[in-house]
Parts: sequence; C-alpha cells; structure tokens
Amino acid sequence: MIEPVAFTQAEANLIPDDASWEPEDFAHHLARYGPVPTASPALIPEIQASGLKGRGGAGFPAGLKWRAVADRAGGRGVVLVNGVEADPTSGKDRLLMTARPHLVLDGALMAARSVGAAEIVVGVNRTAVEAHRAMAAAVSERREPVRIEVVGVPSRYVAGEETALAQFVSGGPARPTLTPPRPFQRGVRGRPTLVHNSETLAWAALIGRRGGAWYRALGSEQHPGAMLVTVAGACARPGVYELPCSASVGEALARAGVTQAQAVLIGGYFGTWVPMEPSPSMGGDATEPLGSNAGVILALPAASCGLAETARIMSFLAGESARQCGPCFNGLPALSSVMARVAVGRAGSAEVDRLRRWAGQLTGHRGACHHPDGAVTLLESALRTFEADLTFHLRRGACQGSRQPSVLPAAATEDGWR
Amino acid sequence: MKSRLRVNPIACDGRGLCAELFPERVRLDDWGYPIVDGHPLSPELMPLALRAVANCPKLALSLDTIES
Ligand SMILES: Cc1cc2nc3c(=O)[nH]c(=O)nc-3n(C[C@H](O)[C@H](O)[C@H](O)COP(=O)(O)O)c2cc1C
Ligand code: SF4
Ligand code: SF4
Repeated sequence: MIEPVAFTQAEANLIPDDASWEPEDFAHHLARYGPVPTASPALIPEIQASGLKGRGGAGFPAGLKWRAVADRAGGRGVVLVNGVEADPTSGKDRLLMTARPHLVLDGALMAARSVGAAEIVVGVNRTAVEAHRAMAAAVSERREPVRIEVVGVPSRYVAGEETALAQFVSGGPARPTLTPPRPFQRGVRGRPTLVHNSETLAWAALIGRRGGAWYRALGSEQHPGAMLVTVAGACARPGVYELPCSASVGEALARAGVTQAQAVLIGGYFGTWVPMEPSPSMGGDATEPLGSNAGVILALPAASCGLAETARIMSFLAGESARQCGPCFNGLPALSSVMARVAVGRAGSAEVDRLRRWAGQLTGHRGACHHPDGAVTLLESALRTFEADLTFHLRRGACQGSRQPSVLPAAATEDGWR
Repeated sequence: MKSRLRVNPIACDGRGLCAELFPERVRLDDWGYPIVDGHPLSPELMPLALRAVANCPKLALSLDTIES
C-alpha cells in the first residue's frame, strides 16, 4: 500500500497535466511564454548556474556540454534534438514536441546561438507522427537565420543513443559508433554537435527567459529544477507529469493515482526495479527523490510477476541490439532465453547461477554503447527485488502472477536501421 | 603518461588471440570475446601489450594514453 502523499500542484511550466495534444502555434506560444530572448554565449553560464541536467537518461550537466561544444564549434556546429524516445514506457518527448513544438525550437535556437551552430536537426521517432508533423509545422512558422531540419528516425531502442542518432542524420544506419569521438567532438557530418533530449532544450528555453536561479528554485539545493515524468503501468491516471526533481517517487505515483504496487521500475527499460515495501537493504523506496534519471516510472501491480515482466523486457532489449558487438549480440539473447525459462518456472538454480555469471561478464562497457549495461542493470535489479519470487519459481514452478497479462506498454513493431 | 588496453567491440571477431598472447590483462567471456582489464599498464607489461595489439587480426586492440 502506498501512502497517499500530499502535494500542491504548482503551476506547470512546460506542460499541464491535462494538456491537450493540440500543437500550440507560434502566436499562442509567444502569448504564453513571452518573446524569444536573443541568446548569446552569455547564456552558457546561466545554464550552468541553473543546474539543468540532460533529460535523455544520463543526467549529464547541460552547461558543461554547451561549453564543450562552444569551445570547438566556431560557427560550424550542429544542434541535434533527440526526440527518438524509443523506450515504450516513456511518452514525454512525444507530448512535448506535439503540444509545445515552439518551446523545443526556442531551446534549440538559443543553444545554436550560444555554442556557435549554424544548423539544427530535430530527430523524431518515425512512429511519433503527430510530433513530427507539429515540429515541421512549427519550423515553417519561423524565420530563422539557421537551417532547421526535421528528420524521422527508425523506431529502434538504440537509435536514440547519441552516436547512432548522429550517424543516422548524417546519412548512415541508426547504429551506435565507437567512441571517442563523441558527438561534441565529431558528430553530424563530422561537426561538433550538441545532442540534447527535447525536454532538456525546452527547459533551456525557459531558463533563457527566466534565468538560471528561477529554474534552480523549482527544486531543492540537492536536486535543483523540475522535470517531466511519465508514469505508466498500474495507475488510474497514466501520463506525463511535471514535478520538482526533489519530489519523491511516491509523489509521482500519487499524482498518477497509483494506490497499490508491489514494485516500480524507475528509469525505463534501462532502469532499476525498486520494491514498494520500504526496505533499505534493497536499495530504495518510494521516499527517494526522483533525481535526474527517473524520467519514467512503471508501477507493477501486486498480482503481477516481476520476473515475467522482466523476461518480456529482456526479450525486447535482446531484439533491439544493433548486432555489432559480440558481448551484446551473444550476451543479451542468452540472458533473455534463461530469463524466459525462469519466468515460466522451468529454470534450475544452475541456470540462474549462469545468468548471474553472464550478467557479471557483460557489464563494464563491453559494447560500443551502453545497451548491454542497461539490460544488465535491469536484470540484476529484478533478481534482487523479486528474490522471493525467484525462489518460488525455482522450487515450485511459475507463480500465479506470471499468467497475468503484461502491464508493459506495447512496443512499436520492429523497424529497420535506415 | 600511462597507457591502457582497449578493445573496439565493433571490429573484434572474438577469436581470442589476444587472450592467448596477453592473459595477464585479457580473459574471455563465455562466448570467446575478450574482457580487457583497462587499468594502466606497468612498464613490464608494455611489451606484451604491444605484441597483442600488433597481432590482433582485426586491428581491434589499441593502447589509450591516459593522463596521470
Ligand atoms: C541505448 C541507448 C538509447 C538511448 N535512447 C535515447 C532516447 O531515445 N532519447 C534520448 O534523449 N536519449 C537517449 N539516450 C541517451 C543519449 O545517448 C544522450 O545521452 C542524450 O540524448 C543526451 O541528451 P541530454 O543531455 O539532454 O540528456 C540513449 C542512450 C543509450 C545508451
Ligand atoms: S553494444 Fe549492442 S546496441 Fe550498442 S553498438 Fe554494440 S551491438 Fe549495438
Ligand atoms: S585478437 Fe582482436 S579480434 Fe581477436 S578477440 Fe582479441 S581483440 Fe578481438
């Protein structure tokens, strides 16, 4: 049982809870947020002071990245907006790009002027048709001195990894490339490239208008600012919520009307399962602050089986390998097939030992990108969080819950790499 | 200035020659792909590291210099 947490819904800055998916045109955008400030390199210290962190998952400080690109771009840089959002649990980028396309553009334009970029590329998941249409319509409403292009990107999980996205919009396959160089060094067509999640840029657009101190004050000293969180799974009001970064997981769950859950998956398919019975030994509970990597929270109902759900996610992630690196194209299908046997109660303890050994072998950045690391993080958290269920499955076979329908959002059908 | 061994996982074909040549720093996973210990190399290990790099058939091994 999750304690109902009292919260006061402060006025939403990016998007209200009940936002319509109607794209906001330029005139209404200006009326809501005020004129687009003329950005310059002077905005970089403001972004740094704001404490804004990347909202694409890694939580890297935005200001540092702007600085690094500014040091290299010399007017020929590129701003690459990451709107791939191929994690089926997340919905905030689509919503933002559909309903507030001009805010994302403002952020990209300010970033371009600040770091010295002459070009903006907006990469949108091919399945996010409305977001693509809204971004393209917004671009056509603006007269800007930089080239802006909106590109549809294959709906593949790793296509949102920054080197994969940069390679794709440069004319190649949407597969990750070896680093270094990272995009800030050599990105789109070899140019220094600032890659940001669409939400990161939307916040930058507001920081440009209202200042770094304003953003910082939306959260706490330790967790400055605010963020969008997609809450999915077993909840009365699944959707995208704006919350302070200092808010707790429980507050996000309460907002979405989650009244009971045995565990939550924090951070999407690369995330960690956390039990909802507060238990410090298991590494977290609902009172933990959201921090910067909890853009998605999936609530697992009491009746479900966390092992079965994890097996489904592992199967998805194995299928999403770009099949370039041995540890990834061998390791993930192997983990997935044992996990599938665990889920149906057919695996023995020797197989689970092997699963743990493989998990150990596959972490530590063995692939060109972090796809294997993300999958292993998820798997290991499942083995910890659902330890009691694991014992049951090993001794007595599949539990009742494994026959429940999945609460995972449906994934898009497999796409190509071009 | 020190060096460390790195493998390019996209280029590597997992035949495991490196683990034979340089077992001090390379072991293989269950599929025969190298798990490289990325700690800085001591001067004594450098000749072995260089030999492994030179003999990798896929040019997938390299030495990274790291600022100490
Ligand atoms: C396999 C993989 C998939 C990723 N998918 C996305 C994605 O869909 N959207 C996104 O913004 N970042 C994604 N990222 C993170 C990006 O590589 C990059 O860190 C991010 O776009 C940077 O933007 P930010 O600084 O605003 O967070 C992914 C990373 C990995 C390893
Ligand atoms: S680790 Fe996997 S997803 Fe990442 S580049 Fe290598 S094969 Fe592709
Ligand atoms: S010798 Fe080269 S190609 Fe062979 S396993 Fe080692 S790194 Fe990979």
